[in-house]
Amino acid sequence: MEKPIRVLVAKPGLDGHDRGAKVIARALRDAGMEVIYTGLRQTPEQIVAAAIQEDVEVVAVSILSGAHATLLPKIRDLLNEEGAQDMLFVAGGVIPDEDITFLKEKGIAAVFTPGTATTEVVSFIQENVKK
Amino acid sequence: MDEKQRQVIRTALEKYEEDIKRTITRFPERKNVFYTASKAEVNRLYTPLDMQELDPLEDIGIPGSYPFTRGVQPNMYRGRLWTMRMYAGFATAEESNKRYKFLLEQGQSGLSVAFDLPTQIGYDSDHTLAEGEVGKVGVAIDSLKDMETLFDGIPLDKVSTSMTINAPASILLAMYIAVGEKQGVSKDKLRGTIQNDILKEYIARGTYIFPTAPSMRLITDIFAYCSKEVPSWNTISISGYHIREAGSTASQEVGFTLADGIAYVEAALEAGLDIDSFAPRLSFFFNAHNDLLEEVAKFRAARRLWARIMKERFGAKNPKSMMMKFHTQTGGSTLTAQQTENNIVRVAIQTLAAVLGGTQSLHTNSKDEALALPTEESVQTALRTQQIVAYESGVANTVDPLAGSYYIEAKTTEIENEAMDYIRRIDDMGGAPRAIDAGFIQREIMDAAYRYQIDIEKGENIVVGVNKYQVEEPSPSGLLRVDLSVGESQKEKLRILRAERDNEAVAAALEKLRLTCEGSENVMPVVIEAVKTYATLGEIADVMRDVFGEYQQSVII
Repeated sequence: MEKPIRVLVAKPGLDGHDRGAKVIARALRDAGMEVIYTGLRQTPEQIVAAAIQEDVEVVAVSILSGAHATLLPKIRDLLNEEGAQDMLFVAGGVIPDEDITFLKEKGIAAVFTPGTATTEVVSFIQENVKK
Repeated sequence: MDEKQRQVIRTALEKYEEDIKRTITRFPERKNVFYTASKAEVNRLYTPLDMQELDPLEDIGIPGSYPFTRGVQPNMYRGRLWTMRMYAGFATAEESNKRYKFLLEQGQSGLSVAFDLPTQIGYDSDHTLAEGEVGKVGVAIDSLKDMETLFDGIPLDKVSTSMTINAPASILLAMYIAVGEKQGVSKDKLRGTIQNDILKEYIARGTYIFPTAPSMRLITDIFAYCSKEVPSWNTISISGYHIREAGSTASQEVGFTLADGIAYVEAALEAGLDIDSFAPRLSFFFNAHNDLLEEVAKFRAARRLWARIMKERFGAKNPKSMMMKFHTQTGGSTLTAQQTENNIVRVAIQTLAAVLGGTQSLHTNSKDEALALPTEESVQTALRTQQIVAYESGVANTVDPLAGSYYIEAKTTEIENEAMDYIRRIDDMGGAPRAIDAGFIQREIMDAAYRYQIDIEKGENIVVGVNKYQVEEPSPSGLLRVDLSVGESQKEKLRILRAERDNEAVAAALEKLRLTCEGSENVMPVVIEAVKTYATLGEIADVMRDVFGEYQQSVII
């Protein structure tokens, strides 16, 4: 049997809205992935350290505080510095369209906004993960 | 109703059921089972038989009297309409002050302050964890200076102010008291509310700082201080709103919120306060979702259950102690990022739910909030929605107009019973703080949230514009943006403040605060002293962190 995809679900920034993160974590788990959830208020450094230590293939972050433009590129850069360029990095939350273009330029593979079906996130990860 | 009448109804219903069965074999109903938004089964028809257990006086009663099912005032909105209170705040104190003045000019009757996340978690704007967050979801307050600017030109004896602040509630209340003093307004003239509800932060909202025991002490210190010094202040707003946003059902919203309420009452009693000295200042905060009738029943059930708990369990004597007053906000999680104009309609339905449910104040969300903070224009539409319900719909002209509806009354009882079941289970675990530590409440909410999401994806729940009636649409334009320079300007203000203030006085006040935190005296007087020296929010919270430690979240998925 194929080894399951390992995913770190993380909450960068200070907001406590983790309904989305938890729903996604469960949906990924139900889709057969191995999921680690960090809990709230993780700094970019903590998230990257956890991703490396847990040896995940995917980092999925949820952010609703409005600090995405600062924090998400920072996480991508830190991952790259750690030699994890291949690690798939996706984000979700209340993020305006105009910021999504910017975030994609910064190497965030996909940004999922409110109303996205969990199945869409699952298939994006399955199709884009580098194993 | 006597047995003979019941028999007549039963016979009529049997015939009705037979006729229906014949009809639906030819024309099936839209679904085999109908559910509320909370996934409670809904019958085809409700009749007098569904409310035969209810006593018209003891259970439904008279408005303004125990058990307050029909409302806390005898004449409700015929006397005074609910307070239209829009939650607002962003960027700097200067910007937010402008928005408050705009809202007051538009006919809003009370202020509601949104603080940014660093403020809510007790960090100054120049803290590393504040990076990117300053002024984003609310106004940044670092010291009394910012608070003076926030209320500049707004006389504190003329407005009532609600502040969404929890872990550092004592600090922000102290600043508000100090601003009042500078304006020449004495403490007994201040009116407003602090949220001050730490248990739901652990459960659902996430802006906790300290562990449970010292947090509960800060809360009871505030109860004790205000009962003597700030008698018109609502010392807590026990919140179901965030529990519901996190995905709970309507019954869970009531059950978990009231379980939290019970924990605060018990903590205050343990601290030696008399029930009737603080209970009249307890207030609540609920959500209004789209399922209009379920929501109306929820509000009525919550009022009745709280009245019974206060009277029967805690032996309150003052009727005001038994009255559940509450604020309502329309459901943020029901708004869609797709076809955002549709959100105006959702908010209108939710407004009706809150008003038919007898709320004391209401915030209506704006159509663009699934995308960003609202613009001034969309906030105006949201406020106008309340005004249309108030002045044009006619629902405010008579008290509790849905009372006596077979469905509403049956549903009110059902929600009360389900909420009470949760309260019993939580009591068995040793109360809400223990049930939170065990992850019980969080897990129950998460199960409901996940079930709801799966039902949407299976098409069993329809969300217009999301999983039905979708259209291609251009990306929305004209959203409100808070630029990053807010963080820089706050940092600069802090630098100047730290250079100009009397730093010896600050250090002395903080030392006094440390000793008080280590001891058991009420912290409020020394927090007020500290803010007056212009000690910053972060400095004060740091002293408390040092003495009290920090809460460790139990991670549940």
